[in-house]
Amino acid sequence: MSIGIYIAVMAGVTYLIRMLPFTLFKSKIKSKFLRSFLKYIPYTVLSAMTFPAIFYSTGNVITATAGTIAALITAFFGLPLIVVAVAAAGTALVAGLFL
Amino acid sequence: MRSDFAKGILHGIPIALGYLSVSFGFGITAVRAGLSVAAAVGISASNLTSAGQAAGVEIIAAGGTLIEMALTQLIINLRYSLMGLSLSQKLDRSFTTPHRLLASFGITDEIFAVAAAQPGRIKPLYMYGLILISFIGWTGGTLLGAAAGQALPQMFTSAMGILLYGMFIAIIIPPSRKSRSIFGAVLIAALISLLFKYVLTGVSVGFAIIISASIAAAVMAVIAPIDDEDDEEDEVKEA
Repeated sequence: MSIGIYIAVMAGVTYLIRMLPFTLFKSKIKSKFLRSFLKYIPYTVLSAMTFPAIFYSTGNVITATAGTIAALITAFFGLPLIVVAVAAAGTALVAGLFL
Repeated sequence: MRSDFAKGILHGIPIALGYLSVSFGFGITAVRAGLSVAAAVGISASNLTSAGQAAGVEIIAAGGTLIEMALTQLIINLRYSLMGLSLSQKLDRSFTTPHRLLASFGITDEIFAVAAAQPGRIKPLYMYGLILISFIGWTGGTLLGAAAGQALPQMFTSAMGILLYGMFIAIIIPPSRKSRSIFGAVLIAALISLLFKYVLTGVSVGFAIIISASIAAAVMAVIAPIDDEDDEEDEVKEA
């Protein structure tokens, strides 16, 4: 099968998933439950994506755990996104030197 | 006042840097799976998503069916529907249908997270700035990884794997400190996610994320509904 068809199906499905709810919901949702639900969703999605996947993100649980701790500490003090991300990767890299 | 577009670009720089490294890895993987450099870049430019693309390359390499491809993308990327729905409640009035059709292409985990964390209503130009710089990082990284990936020491590429998760942590921790209910939501989602990883292992990654996130958000929406009086507040902050 041509690779172009595969890519078209991938891209088409992914676009529709993104486009339909974003485009169709124009009015404010009335239900207080649903509005609260949607306000919590950003945090719960990111949390579910991060844990436990972050511990496997470097291919070594020990270096990844060191990186995770660095990220938690820098994030706790409210440092910018890029600082937290680089602190995590830098710590994982340094931890790898000692293994 | 700085323009919304420039603000979007600025806010998108950390995303673009994170993407550059993650998509570098994707480029390496895609070429190893037998795809051409052009195909790898084409996938990144038309999909702009990490987990879905990785699964897509596996299916292409295995010669899977188109139905399998469509279903896999649907399941892994279904979370974007929730994100799109959530963002749709925060859009400025200037966000007309053509803008929505265009900007929806760029709803990713990170772009969503940054946009959702903004005070006030979201304007189209802000979204375009965020999306453009992230898009450049994602496709550029794929190109570099696909064309020259083998040259970099493996130590660096493995450590880079944690970058995006570090960014997620930077997004969820500060609000969790301020609000006990957000902290509760984050904790419940993580616990259910752990359950799927180690106990209910038959559930695919995409579904596990959707179910964990939805249960946690629903539980907290019942226990601690968020008072929605901040709409006026949003207008004020915006002004």
